[in-house]
Parts: sequence; C-alpha cells; structure tokens
Amino acid sequence: MKKPSVFLFTFVVIYLVFLYAPIMLLPIFAFNDSSIIAFPLSGFTMDWFIGLMSENTLHRALKNSLIIAVTAAVISTCFGILTARAMARHDFIGKRPSFGLIMAPLFLPEIIIGVALLIVLIQLGVSLNIWTVILGHILICTPFSVSILYSAFNNMDRSIEEASLDLGETRFGTFRRVIFPLVKPGVIASILICFTISLDEFVIAFFLTGVEPTLPVYIWAQLRFPSKLPSIMALGFILLLISLILLAVFEYYRRKSEKLIGKS
Amino acid sequence: MALRSSFGTKWKRSFAGWRLIGGPFLFGFLLLLAPLFLMIALSLWTQDYLDLDRTPTLNNYRDIFSHPVYVMLIKRSVSISLFVTMVTVLLAFPMAYYISFYGGKYKAIWLFLITIPFWTSYLLRIFLWKIILGYNGVVNSSLLSLNLIEEPLSFILYNANAVVIALAHAWAPFAILPIFVSLERIDRSMLEAAKDLGDSAIRSFFRVTLPLAMPGIISAALIVFIPTIGDYVTPKLVGGKDGLMIANMIQVQFSKANNAPLGAALAITSLMTVLLISLGFLFFNRRYLRKQTQ
Repeated sequence: MKKPSVFLFTFVVIYLVFLYAPIMLLPIFAFNDSSIIAFPLSGFTMDWFIGLMSENTLHRALKNSLIIAVTAAVISTCFGILTARAMARHDFIGKRPSFGLIMAPLFLPEIIIGVALLIVLIQLGVSLNIWTVILGHILICTPFSVSILYSAFNNMDRSIEEASLDLGETRFGTFRRVIFPLVKPGVIASILICFTISLDEFVIAFFLTGVEPTLPVYIWAQLRFPSKLPSIMALGFILLLISLILLAVFEYYRRKSEKLIGKS
Repeated sequence: MALRSSFGTKWKRSFAGWRLIGGPFLFGFLLLLAPLFLMIALSLWTQDYLDLDRTPTLNNYRDIFSHPVYVMLIKRSVSISLFVTMVTVLLAFPMAYYISFYGGKYKAIWLFLITIPFWTSYLLRIFLWKIILGYNGVVNSSLLSLNLIEEPLSFILYNANAVVIALAHAWAPFAILPIFVSLERIDRSMLEAAKDLGDSAIRSFFRVTLPLAMPGIISAALIVFIPTIGDYVTPKLVGGKDGLMIANMIQVQFSKANNAPLGAALAITSLMTVLLISLGFLFFNRRYLRKQTQ
C-alpha cells in the first residue's frame, strides 16, 4: 500500500476536526456547570439532565415525536416493500413515471413539500395535528425505504420463489414463508432509518404541526431562550447516543441482509 | 393474433405490477403531485384579507419581479447555495479520494466515521456553529488566548459566511459518499497504464481519475445544491439579517404576512430556478454522463 502525501493526510485530519467540531461541544456543555454556553468551562454537573425530567412540554413533544416516527416508519416501510417489489419483479406500463413520483421527495427542497402539503390541508379545511405531520413524513421517508429494500428484492434468487410455488405454496404463503424471511433484515433496517429521519425532521413538522409540538419543534422554540440552552445541550447529547445505538443496530441488520440475499 | 395475445399479457403483467405499486403511487399522487398543482393554482390567485380571490392573474409573479427584495433574496439564495455546493464538493473530494485510494481494509470504518457526526439533531448541529463562530465563541476565544487577534472577529457569524460554513458542514457526507462510489468504480489498472505510458502523477490524475470521477462529482453537486437553496433553519439561526434566504421569506408569507398566494408564487419561482440551474448543469456536463452509460 502506497502512502498518501503529507499534504493530503494533513487535509484529512483537519477536515475530520471540522466534521466533529460541533458534536464535540455537545457533551462539553451538557455537563458544564454554568448557565452560559461559553468558554472557559466552570465545573462538572448533572443538573441539566436531571432538569429534563421535570419538563412536561418536553415529555409531550417526545411522546408526539415517537408516535409520529413509529407510524411513519411502519407505513413508509410498507410502501417501500410494495414499490421495491414492483420495481424488481414486474414490468408494467407507467413503471418509470410512477417510480419517479415516489422517489421525487428526495429531489425536492423540504420547504416546497411542507408548503405544498400545507396549502392542500388548509384548502380542504383539515385541522393540523400529529396526523398531518405523519403524512408529510411518510412522503419523505418512502424513498429511503425503497432504496434500502430495492437491492434486497432485486438480488434475491428468483428460483427460490418458483420452487415454493411449484411445490404448491400459494402466492401469499410464498411471500410469508419464503420472501419475507429473506428480506426481513432489510425491512428492519428500513424501519430504523425511517424512524431516525422522522424523529429529526424539522421543517415539514414546523409547517404541519398544529398546537402539538414534535421534539425538533420543541427544541426550535427553546433555542430562543438563552437560559434553556444547557438543558437543550443535555437533550441533544441523549438524542445523539440514541441515534448512534439505532445506527449500530441498523448496520447489523443491513449486513445480515446482504449476507442472506448473497450479494454477488 | 400473436400481437393481440402479447398485448393482453402486457396488460395482465401491468396489473400485477400496479397491484403492488398502486398504493404508494396513489399516496404520492394525492400528497405530492396534486398539492404541487394546487400550489401553482394558488400562486395565480390573490389574497384579499381573509378571503381568496380565485380569478387567475399573474400579479403575484409581477410583484416578485418588481420588488427588489424578492429578487435579491432569490439571487442571494442561488449564490449562497452555489458557493456552498462548490466548497462542499471541493472539500469532500480529497476526503473521498483518501478513503478510496488509501483506506485499505478500513474503508467501511472510514465511511462510518464520516457519518457519525450527522446523527445529531440537524437543528442542534447548526446551532452549535453559532457557539463556535460567535463573538464569545470557540474560534474567537481560542484566537484571543493565543494572542493571534486583538479583538473578536465579527465577520464569521450572522452573515452569509456563517451560512456557508454551517451548510458545507451539514451536507458533507452527502457529497463524500457519491464521489467515493465513483472513485471506487475506477479500474486501477487504467492508472497503472497511464503511469507506464509515461504520464506523471498529476497528469494522470487530471486525464484519468478526474474525468472518471465526474459522474460522482456531478451527483454530489446536485444532492447538495437542490436542498440547500430551500434551507430554512441555517439562515435563520446563523445568517443574521444579511444571510436570510428565500425559504425564510416563504415561511413569513404563510404566517405573519398572511399572503399564501404570494408565498406559493415565491415557492414556484424558487423551484423553477433550482430546476433550470440543475438542468443547465447537467447539460454542460453531459459528455461525462454519456461516457458512463457506454
């Protein structure tokens, strides 16, 4: 293996410092014993974490966000399964345009999606609540689910299905007993990634939530009050840890999925 | 006869496909395509205090192009996000190059290392830049304590520079990953061939590596450019007065200003701008994309 030039290596190190700079501050200020977010640091405290336990608005926002993220993750993954399966196994009229429409949210600025949905809901006279946020989140999560599941459905050996059908299983039985177990790790990976995206999504939730805040909307409101910042740092630190655990689980299932399907 | 039966199977096969994709398609149709068309319709209507005047007119668009503030905001959003795209891609390339050419067996770990910072809340990541770049922030206090500056730098927060830094950070992995993928696809023997035939390292980089990596660079540029032009959070948190962008104005029209039709017209105008620039960009780079499909 040849060695990189000193110049390239120095760049990589500096760039990594740049990438990690913001999140390094999160634990520093979450445990810092001062209500002002600035250097020099004053001492170690757990107060900001303890304080979070009595924040009722935070608990409500967390509950809303969890309901939204779980529902959106499950429904978008169902949509992802249907779309990925149709794209990998079927040839039909209007295949490309319908696929394009389902994947389009990836290529649109979020504010456009939020505004467009808001306009429809207002015109229909629907009142804004967590269900309207769920609709928006399904829209942006489905493309991610499709891209995770497509390779699973596409790389699957077709003859396994055919064997099952030849041996007298019904189509549904084949799906339940042959196809689904093979794509299951992909499905779990998709649910995890959609859950994480929904939990962190701000702009669409900001437009579509009524009086019930989601977690990012709650954080957004708190950022205006300097006295609330240390507890927001503590909250951010907890969220980072949760995301990293979910990411590790996601990676485990993604690898398992690759192994099961047998990536050639 | 043969024709009719193949036509019949085509429809039958279509039915099997549509039975699966029908649901997600209908959802996308009702909640994305229809709303976008309604947004176009709304942009042609007029807000009359609490009522909507539904006579079609281009007045909202005329308003946008005759008020300097809207034109200025759109121009600023375009220039900030073009600049962000350039900075992000330029910084991402050497990183992707390093992982692809020197990562060895640790490539997966390197990629993981790059994505970790992006699993923090987007809002907090942007907000933390405010702490880094602020008047009493990390950068200023460390420069002061090192006696490198006399007084805190003020040109790094609450302006377009801060927006560029925060966005170049927020979108970094989205630029690194596609460039990495395209670098991985390069057949290393081509680089050896260039070397054997007498090309210097720099020459073979510009004549072999870079052209072959272009598809990845192009997709990285689009992936960064399209969402950043409509970013709401970053300009609002670190942009100050001179760093506000078009998304902030759209949001104001839907809330405080209570002029949804104008907001819709602004949204359509920005969407069209994004579309035109992206298509133009693809057109100018079409030779690199054609090469790949051959």
